[in-house]
Amino acid sequence: MKHAHSISEMMEICLLAGKLLLESGAETYRVEDTIARLASSGGIESIEVFVAPTVIILSMRKPGQAEDYTKLVRITKRSTDLHRVTLVNDLSRKVSREFCILEEAKEKLKQMERDSSPYPPGMRITAAALVSGCFTLMFQGSWKDFLPAFIDGGLGYFLFLFSKRFVSVRFFSELLASCLIGVVAKLAVLFGLGKEVDRIIIGSVMPFVPGVLITDAVSDLMKGHLSSGMLRGAEAFLTAFAIGTGIAVVIAVW
Amino acid sequence: MIVAFLVSFMASAGFGILFNAPKKALVPGGLIGAIGWVLYMGLSSRNHLAQVFATVVASFAVTAISQCLARIYRMPVLAFNVSGIIPLVPGGIAYHTMRQLVESNYIAAIQSASQTFLISGAIAFGLGLGGTIIPIMINKWWPVAKQK
Repeated sequence: MKHAHSISEMMEICLLAGKLLLESGAETYRVEDTIARLASSGGIESIEVFVAPTVIILSMRKPGQAEDYTKLVRITKRSTDLHRVTLVNDLSRKVSREFCILEEAKEKLKQMERDSSPYPPGMRITAAALVSGCFTLMFQGSWKDFLPAFIDGGLGYFLFLFSKRFVSVRFFSELLASCLIGVVAKLAVLFGLGKEVDRIIIGSVMPFVPGVLITDAVSDLMKGHLSSGMLRGAEAFLTAFAIGTGIAVVIAVW
Repeated sequence: MIVAFLVSFMASAGFGILFNAPKKALVPGGLIGAIGWVLYMGLSSRNHLAQVFATVVASFAVTAISQCLARIYRMPVLAFNVSGIIPLVPGGIAYHTMRQLVESNYIAAIQSASQTFLISGAIAFGLGLGGTIIPIMINKWWPVAKQK
């Protein structure tokens, strides 16, 4: 029963799980862990797996076989979906405790690949607006700046989500959104809606802070996945740079 | 202080939604963020070094609570500590750095840039310290229930 799965089937399940995790922003060690756990519960004898933010290389051998099978998957899109990370994590635990068999696991993984996020876009834009307003207050802004920051952050996030459909370069969407944020903040102060441009802008760009990248970078570095940690740090830095440039353009031109 | 707690709670929970955190983790994530922020506010003064120190302590606390909650809820740590770390990110100082650069005040820009780097380093240090020490302590005093 345990050895009933063919090696190619095993590889497919492992790589699918790894791909889902990596695309959703899981740490490198979690991806390697999950793959190793799935593989060993499928009766695989030797596993070598290398994970970087853009690639998974997996090589495994069944007992009694002479050769290793190796497969490589490239990861092209990366986003943040902690819900999916939790689901895949749960699934791999269940499999290793043999609560559910591998066919079932494969079905569930395929379904997770189709399912989208638990929150609709409207709700995410509202959340971004709320976050912006709250951060303006936290950075010693006055209550008068809450409303402009609320609107500004919502608009910025909306443009970010909208432009992501047409532009595949993420940094460009971020740059565009932060440009809009700068312009709207300036306009709000111009028309007497807000008091301080700086506080409104700071609050409104907060939804773009690459929090998951930062925490991943640190935990990857600490766990010894040096290349992954450096890559994620570079990605986080690029995001910050894009936001800064967008705002800088507005300030310089205005 | 109560207002600061509520506001940072909402900000952190909102971030949970932006990161597609599982619904069960939203409220705990918000609470962690609020605790980290209040700790930071309480410890930091106008002094430059105190700000860095407060960031280390707050991000360590955030990580420690996240590790415990991850064990209780049986979820990845990532679902909790990300939204908790966000309020500590030096967005304001980073903004000032950029603004000074645009206005050609290079000395002032370098000053706030080094401050930004120190605070981001402090976040990383607190995260790394918490992520290394706390799991060891948890495993020692609070072993996993026997898995069947």
